[in-house]
Amino acid sequence: MRVNGTEQTLAQPTTLAQFLAQQGYRVERIVVERNGEIVPKAAYASVQLCDSDVIEIVSFMGGG
Amino acid sequence: MQSLQQDPLILGGKTFHSRFILGSGKFSLQLVRDVMTYGKCEMATIALRRANADSPENILDFLPEHLTLLPNTSGARNAEEAIRIAHLSRELGCGDFIKIEVIPDTKYLLPDNGETIRATEILANEGFHVLPYMYPDLICARHLVDAGAAAIMPLGAPIGSNKGLRTKDFIRILIDEIDLPIIVDAGIGTPSQACEAMEMGAAAVMANTAIATSDHCAMMAHAFRLAIEAGRAAYLAKLGRVLDNDAEASSPLTGFLQD
Repeated sequence: MRVNGTEQTLAQPTTLAQFLAQQGYRVERIVVERNGEIVPKAAYASVQLCDSDVIEIVSFMGGG
Repeated sequence: MQSLQQDPLILGGKTFHSRFILGSGKFSLQLVRDVMTYGKCEMATIALRRANADSPENILDFLPEHLTLLPNTSGARNAEEAIRIAHLSRELGCGDFIKIEVIPDTKYLLPDNGETIRATEILANEGFHVLPYMYPDLICARHLVDAGAAAIMPLGAPIGSNKGLRTKDFIRILIDEIDLPIIVDAGIGTPSQACEAMEMGAAAVMANTAIATSDHCAMMAHAFRLAIEAGRAAYLAKLGRVLDNDAEASSPLTGFLQD
């Protein structure tokens, strides 16, 4: 699985919600794109991650 | 004064009383709140980037709650990338405003007006309030109007340069010919330059680096606010005429003591 440009290996079946919690992301401050599609927050718990997934996790920061 | 109090800036159907849009880049999270407060800003730009799980603090925790957020599409090199960033930004739940920046040039950071027009049309049709950053070109600005832009944001000088209103004559053409708010963005380095843009009839000024690179950011934000208000008042009052030659006394020409 590729997350924000870095390869990551899933040790066991993991949902997107579990992965974000394990990594320490604040769900209310991020948006997740999976294989080019935005994942609605309500779907985080039901999305099962797989090794071929390309995940982008983004948030706001300072910018002009 | 009544005319100043009844002089709101309307963008995307929303009423603003501040005409100072402040970029939130280059500040510490602790400082960003102060500059927004001293600048009395009601709108601030932010950027979308890959999130870092190791730094849980987020700029949204530090910005004053009343601010209208204007996410930019910085990093986009074409219309598709700008649209993708706009969609991700809207998903973060901070409203429908988007500042389109399409910048394929890494040396001068100049925008691609053609791709900007394309992204503006698509996003405006999706219901975004689109504020496109552009090189001040009248024909492109007319296309942006047709594309559904909420305002036009011509550059004064290259981003981050603090060089001032180098494109002044072309921005003036936009102010004269385009029936949308013209917001001078990028390159404004001093309060006097911001004031000059407002005296010309710009609807607002956006700045970031000028404030962030000063020694006292909050005080500089305050200075910009005063300058922008001064320039707006001068524009509304209409500048006095300039004589081609000679002079004209300001004091009475009768009752001199030697008479």
